Amino acid sequence: MEQKNKKAIIQLNSIRRDFQVGDEVVHALRGVSFTIYEGEFVTIMGTSGSGKSTLLNTLGCLDTPTSGEYYLDGVEVRTMSKNNRALLRNRKIGFVFQNYNLLPKTTAIENVELPLMYNSSISEEQRREKAITCLKAVGLGERLNHKSNQMSGGQQQRVAIARALVNDPVIILADEATGNLDTKTSFEILVLFQELYAKGRTIIFVTHNPELSQYSSRNIVLRDGHVVEDSVNTNIASAKEALTNLPKTDD
Amino acid sequence: MNFRNLLKIALRAIGNNKLRSFLTMLGIIIGVGSVIAMLAIGQGSKQSIQNQISEMGSNMIMINPGNRDKPGGARMSSSDMQTLKNEDYESIQSKCTRYASYFSPIVKSSGQFICGNNNYPSSMTGVSQDYLEISKLSVAEGDMFTYQDIKSSTKVCVIGKTIKDNLFPNGEDPIGKVIRFNKIPFTIVGVLTSKGYNSYGQDQDDVVLAPYTTVQKRVSAITYLNAIYASAKSESVTSQAIAEIEEVIRTNHKLKDGDSSDFSVRSQEELSSMMTSTSDMMTKLLACIAGISLIVGGIGIMNIMYVSVTERTREIGLRMSVGARGIDILSQFLIEAILISVTGGIIGVFIGVGASYVLKFFLHWPIYIQMYSVVLSFLVCTLTGVVFGWYPAKRASELDPIEAIRYE
Repeated sequence: MEQKNKKAIIQLNSIRRDFQVGDEVVHALRGVSFTIYEGEFVTIMGTSGSGKSTLLNTLGCLDTPTSGEYYLDGVEVRTMSKNNRALLRNRKIGFVFQNYNLLPKTTAIENVELPLMYNSSISEEQRREKAITCLKAVGLGERLNHKSNQMSGGQQQRVAIARALVNDPVIILADEATGNLDTKTSFEILVLFQELYAKGRTIIFVTHNPELSQYSSRNIVLRDGHVVEDSVNTNIASAKEALTNLPKTDD
Repeated sequence: MNFRNLLKIALRAIGNNKLRSFLTMLGIIIGVGSVIAMLAIGQGSKQSIQNQISEMGSNMIMINPGNRDKPGGARMSSSDMQTLKNEDYESIQSKCTRYASYFSPIVKSSGQFICGNNNYPSSMTGVSQDYLEISKLSVAEGDMFTYQDIKSSTKVCVIGKTIKDNLFPNGEDPIGKVIRFNKIPFTIVGVLTSKGYNSYGQDQDDVVLAPYTTVQKRVSAITYLNAIYASAKSESVTSQAIAEIEEVIRTNHKLKDGDSSDFSVRSQEELSSMMTSTSDMMTKLLACIAGISLIVGGIGIMNIMYVSVTERTREIGLRMSVGARGIDILSQFLIEAILISVTGGIIGVFIGVGASYVLKFFLHWPIYIQMYSVVLSFLVCTLTGVVFGWYPAKRASELDPIEAIRYE
């Protein structure tokens, strides 16, 4: 495959994650291995209980695997301290959540600035500049000073995506990013992700909606803590087309 | 993450909840305000007592005959005891000059003063001219009697304003007039400046001063002294002066080392500390009450910070997932708590000072605001913010980002 020549962003090597629940040990991940290369748009699918949330937490450096190896951009994550993982998240990962998680009563700019607030090497002016650039990139150039509660769900998710982009991460992790949105808005968000993919961003999109796999370049399916399918999609459907073909009655 | 960013975040959080933040502050405002006002009242009353004592001569040392500390036996009042003699006075006057500066014997005799058809019962105090310095008195009209008058036991006197008003009700000039005390004629040479009543309600103008030798020889026919007053060079050397005086009189009285003294030496310091101890006690009590309200205010902060942490669990989770470390979250909430308590503290200082002046203005209470009470209550309220903000902030910083971000 052509990806072999590209830089590996994520390398998982037989990752296991066990949880102690009472006397029982729950195996959420039972040896997951895959490599994600720069510029891929990967959807990770699975039913609830398949371990996809645990995998996402692991990939996001929020959780550490019980065993196995995880390299993010060439850095071994498993043995890192809590503070170093926080630093790693700050510099290399952009999160997009299902429920947007914007700060209430706070403007779009300030929401997008948030990750940079925890990076003391970036000045106030740079921070603002970067936030504005990212908001423009997600099509919210007109709403820079709107507060989070004055925006629609789709707009809030765009702010969240801008926030995920602002630290120029090596990977964007989206957790059911379209789960709370109606069909039309979901496609709008997907269009945005495809645009980012086209610009060379690496994206991992976790979802339980199997329809979404046709819009990504690669699809990984989890079941009971194992990877049961890992396929490359050479015929990526255009979300833009899907959006224009939507029945107009939705409006 | 730098401090400025943290400050910004904390300010925003307070701004987002203005009413709640203000209500939280209210506890601190009332606490600090009452600490300052209570201390001002306490210190003010202490100050006014101290002023009254120093008006009476705060360096004053009183040597009385007899020793009340001696246990057992029939006790006599110190005015009946005859252990202090003129020689004691003369020897301490010549030997105890290191720490003490003024010395005056006291010989008292009470009786009726008569002038023309006016009379007034009072007492005559035989003193030396140093007495004016020791008791912080001054002569308003005429002069004090002289050393020569003491040497020759002249029948002259200096009278207080009360005596003047009673014996010369029509406002005649008393200087040079003769008054009779127990049938003995005295020529008035001076009138003392009025001092009014002291804090025990004694009329300080009801005095007649005469040379002590005159009172001894011509009025009472005695050879002993009722007391000796001296004045320490400063308040700080009072105890040294007392020790020196005791030493000299003991030598005079040929007392051996184990013998107890047949006289006692006291200073106003004892009186002053006794008087101020009451108001000190009151100050402490008031400060305690005020301090409790400060603690209650602190608990208010803790309570609200807890609610705030719970309410903002998802925000905390988000901050952590975008790279906030535990210490960043801890600092954020701690700064928020400190900001609330410090702002409350500043407002409290103004309200406390304002309330003190309102009391002074409308109720004419003596008020004295000491800088230390302002600084202290301010520090305490900042500390309150840290102490009571610490626990909720610590809890926030220890949240698991995975759970926090999904918290509903």
